[in-house]
Amino acid sequence: MKLDPKVPGGPLAEKWDKHRFDSKLVNPANKRKFDIIVVGAGLAGASASASLAELGYNVKTFCLQDSPRRAHSIAAQGGINAAKNYQNDGDSIFRLFYDTIKGGDFRAREANVYRLAQVSNNIIDQCVAQGVPFAREYGGQLANRSFGGAQVSRTFYARGQTGQQLLLGAYSALMRQVKKGKVEMLSRREMLDLVIIDGQARGIVTRNMLTGGIETHAAHAVVLATGGYGNAYFLSTNAMGSNVTAAWRAYKKGACFANPCFVQIHPTCIPVHGSYQSKLTLMSESLRNDGRVWVPKNPGDTRPPAEIPEAERDYYLENKYPSFGNLVPRDVASRNAKEQCDLGKGVGSTRLAVYLDFSEAINRDGASVIFQKYGNLFHMYEKITAANPMHEPMMIFPAVHYTMGGLWVDYNLMSTIPGLFVLGEANFSDHGANRLGASALMQGLADGYFIIPYTIGNYLATISSKPNDTGHQAFRQTADDATEKISKLLSIKGKKTVDEIHRELGLVMWDACGMARNEEGLQKALDKIPAIRDEFWQNVTIPGSGQELNQSLERAGRVADFLEFAELMVVDALSRKESCGCHLREESQTEENEAKRDDANYSHVSVWEYKGKDSSPEFHKEPLIFENVQPSQRSYK
Amino acid sequence: MSKIELTLKIWRQAKSDAPGRLQTYASGPISTDMSFLEMLDVLNERLTREGEEPVAFDHDCREGICGMCGAVVNGHPHGPEKETTLCQLHMRHFKDGDTLVIEPFRAKAYKIEKDLVVDRSSLDKMIISGGFVSVNTGGAPDANGIPIPQKNAEEAMDAAACIGCGACVAACPNASAMLFVAAKVSHLALLPQGQPEQARRALDMVREMDALGFGNCSNERECEAACPKGISIRNIARLNREFLKAAIFSDED
Ligand SMILES: Cc1cc2nc3c(=O)[nH]c(=O)nc-3n(C[C@H](O)[C@H](O)[C@H](O)COP(=O)(O)OP(=O)(O)OC[C@H]3O[C@@H](n4cnc5c(N)ncnc54)[C@H](O)[C@@H]3O)c2cc1C
Ligand code: FES
Repeated sequence: MKLDPKVPGGPLAEKWDKHRFDSKLVNPANKRKFDIIVVGAGLAGASASASLAELGYNVKTFCLQDSPRRAHSIAAQGGINAAKNYQNDGDSIFRLFYDTIKGGDFRAREANVYRLAQVSNNIIDQCVAQGVPFAREYGGQLANRSFGGAQVSRTFYARGQTGQQLLLGAYSALMRQVKKGKVEMLSRREMLDLVIIDGQARGIVTRNMLTGGIETHAAHAVVLATGGYGNAYFLSTNAMGSNVTAAWRAYKKGACFANPCFVQIHPTCIPVHGSYQSKLTLMSESLRNDGRVWVPKNPGDTRPPAEIPEAERDYYLENKYPSFGNLVPRDVASRNAKEQCDLGKGVGSTRLAVYLDFSEAINRDGASVIFQKYGNLFHMYEKITAANPMHEPMMIFPAVHYTMGGLWVDYNLMSTIPGLFVLGEANFSDHGANRLGASALMQGLADGYFIIPYTIGNYLATISSKPNDTGHQAFRQTADDATEKISKLLSIKGKKTVDEIHRELGLVMWDACGMARNEEGLQKALDKIPAIRDEFWQNVTIPGSGQELNQSLERAGRVADFLEFAELMVVDALSRKESCGCHLREESQTEENEAKRDDANYSHVSVWEYKGKDSSPEFHKEPLIFENVQPSQRSYK
Repeated sequence: MSKIELTLKIWRQAKSDAPGRLQTYASGPISTDMSFLEMLDVLNERLTREGEEPVAFDHDCREGICGMCGAVVNGHPHGPEKETTLCQLHMRHFKDGDTLVIEPFRAKAYKIEKDLVVDRSSLDKMIISGGFVSVNTGGAPDANGIPIPQKNAEEAMDAAACIGCGACVAACPNASAMLFVAAKVSHLALLPQGQPEQARRALDMVREMDALGFGNCSNERECEAACPKGISIRNIARLNREFLKAAIFSDED
C-alpha cells in the first residue's frame, strides 16, 4: 500500500486556495443524489453534518447519547484559538501555524496545520453568527485570554464553558437541518462496524442501544467523527462513553492508524483520590494564566501549604522556564509535575499532587476579578474536593486527556479506505506529538465546517450516484459478525466485571505507556495486555441480554476493542525510539531531561496497517518534510 | 475520608411498557468523597458480581455539563444540593443511616426507557422547531463587526448555560418545559444575531412545547430551584413578553 498525503503543490499560503480551486465540484442537482453517513455529533460531526446538509447532501448522523447536544465536546472548558490578532499583539496566521507545529514538536504535516490556522478566523465569525455568546470586553468587542505554548492572547472563550457553547452552536445548526429534512438524526445508536464494498466505504452496522436491534445503513461515503481514545487508560478526563470502537473497526477493515502512542497527559487535573473513581476531572489550563505552580522545596515536607514560607517553596516552572513560566506547553508541565513527585516533593494525602496557587493573583487583582474569571472552575473544584481555591491552593496532577494519534488521513481528510473520511480528534492530522490548548475545538470545527464540505466532493465526483441499498451481502455479513460477537460476549458468564478488567488494562497503560516510557516497561506491557485480553474473553461477566438497553454489554464491546488497540499503542511507542512532545522515551533525553527528538530517524508519521488477527501490523512511514519552518529543539526557557 | 452506609430504594423497570417498582438495597460502605454516580457504580459492580442486572442510569461527562445524568433523589431532581447535577453531587452531603429514594425524571412528555433512563427527545424537538439562528456555514461577517455590550453577552450566556438535562420539567407540578424554552429564546433574543427571528422562534417553540404534551407554567418556581445551572425564571418573563409581542404584533403565523 502506498500512502499518498495528497498535499497540493505551491507555496504554503496558497495551497488551500489552489486545492479548493482544483477540487472537483458536485453540481447542486447531483448533491441531492448522494447520501452521507456521519458517525458522531461532537464538534466535528455536528458541524460537518450541518454544513454538508446545507450544501444539499442527504445526511444521516449517529451518536451514542440520547441527544447530539451531549457529545464529549460539551466538556471543553478553556477556549478556542484563532489568528484574529484582535489584541494587536503580533499574532498572525503564520504565528498560529508556527506555534501549533512547534507545540506538536515538529511531528505534524505543515500543509494541514497551515490550513487549520487559515480557517481559524472563519470559525470565530461563524460561531458568532450562530449566536455563540463569547466573552466580551466592556466596549462590546470579543475578549481573549492566553493559553499554554503561546506568547500572544488568541484564545476566545465563553466563561469556562467554551466547548458547551460551540457545541450548542453546531447542534443548533444541525437541528435546523433536521427540521429541513436534510439530516436524519439517529441517537442512541452505536456504530459496530464499517461496511466495505469493492474496496470502498459504503455503510455501517449499528446497534440500537435501546432495543438491541442490529441495523444496517448504506451511503456513498462515511464520515467518522467519533472522538479520541483516552479511555484506553480507564481513568481519563474523557466522557465515560468515549471509545475507540468505530476507529478500531475501521482499522480492521483497512484504514491505517497513525501515531497511536501520541497521548496527551494534561497537567491540571484533580488528583486521583480513591480506587472507586470512575473518571478524572480537568481543571482548565486557563488557570495557569493566574495560578502559580509550586511544591515544597524539601522532600517529605508535609506541612499545610499556608505554613510553608515563601523561601521554602519551589516554583519549579517559573524557575526552570523563565520566559514561559507557568504557561509552558502541557507535556512539559506534566512531566515536571511527575518529576517533582518522583523527587518526593508531591503534596496531598497521596503525595501525587502539586499546588496551583492563586493567592498572588488575588492580592494583585482583587478577589472579585479572579472569581469572575474562574468562579465556575473553583466551584467545580470545591464540589469535588470540599476545598475552596480562593482560600487555599488547588491540588493538581496530570491525567490522560487527549489523543493526538488517530486514523491516518490525507489532505482531503480521507483515510486509506476510499470513501471513509475522518474528522476531529478521531484523526491524527494536526497536532503532531502534542496538542496546544484551545486547538482541538478549532480543529474539530475547521474539519467539519470548512474542510470536509470542500474535500468530500473530490471523492463523490469520482463515484456513481446510483441509489444505495443495504441488500448487498457485505451488509448481511458485517451485521452477522456483529451479532455473533455480541452473543459471544454474553455467553462468557465469568466472574469479573467489565470495569475490573478495564481498570487493569488502564494501570498497565498508565505505568508503561503514560508520561514516561522505556523499552523494558513497554516490552512487559506487551506481555501483560494479551493476558488481560484472554482473561476478558474467558472470565468477564455481562448480566442481561442483547435485546434490550444493556450498559454492561455496551461497555464490554468497547473494552474488547481497547484491549486490542492498547497493544498497537505499545507497539507504536516501542518503535519510536526518540522522544517527541508527549512521547518521552527515557532513553532519549537532553541533559536537562527534556524530550530529545531524533529528526534524522524519526521525522515521520508512524502508520500501521492491519494484517489480520494472527499477524503483526505492517509499518509504513509518511515522511514529514518541513519547507517553511526549521525544526528546532523546543525551548520554553 | 469517612464512610457511611445508606439504604437505597431505587426504581427498577425493565422497559417502557413493563411495570416498575422501588427495590431496596443496602449501599454497603460508601466513602463520603464519592460522587453520587460513583456510589451507584459501586452498587452496580456488586450487583453484577452477584449475577443481577445493574441499575441502568444515563451519564457521560460526569462534570455537570453534558446534561445526560439525572434522577429524583428524595423528591428532588438531581438531589438536595443547590445548583448541582447528580454527577457532581457528593456523598459527603448525606449522613450515615440515611434512606435515599431514587427515581427517574417523570413527565408526560418523557418516557421511562429502563430503570432511571428516560427518553427526553422532546427537548430536542423543541430546539428543532426553532431554537437556532438561520445561518449557513460560510460568509459570516467579521466576528467583531457588531459590538455586543458586555452586559448583553453575559446575560445571553446566563441563559445559554442550560445543559438540557430536563430537571426543570421533572420538578414542575405541571411538567412544563417553560424554563427550557425560555432559556433558549432569551439566549438568542439577547444577541443581535438572534433578533431577526425572535418572534417566529418564540411562537414556534411555545407551540411545539404545547404539542408535545408539556404542561403550562403557573409560576410555581420549582424549575428554577431544581436547575443545576441556576437558570433564572426571569427568562420566563422574557419569553412571555416575546411570545405576546409576537402573537399580537407580528405577521408571523
Ligand atoms: C475536559 C476536557 C476539556 C477540554 N477543553 C478543551 C479546550 O478548552 N479547548 C480545546 O480546544 N479542546 C479541549 N478539549 C478537547 C476537545 O474537547 C476534544 O478534542 C473535542 O471536543 C473532540 O471533538 P470531536 O467532535 O472530535 O469528538 P467528540 O466530541 O468526542 O464526539 C464524538 C461523537 O462520536 C459519537 N460516537 C463515538 N463513538 C461512536 C460509535 N461507535 N457509534 C456512534 N457514535 C459514536 C459520540 O456519541 C459523539 O457524538 C477538552 C477535552 C476534555 C476532555
Ligand atoms: S453526567 Fe454529564 S451532567 Fe452529569
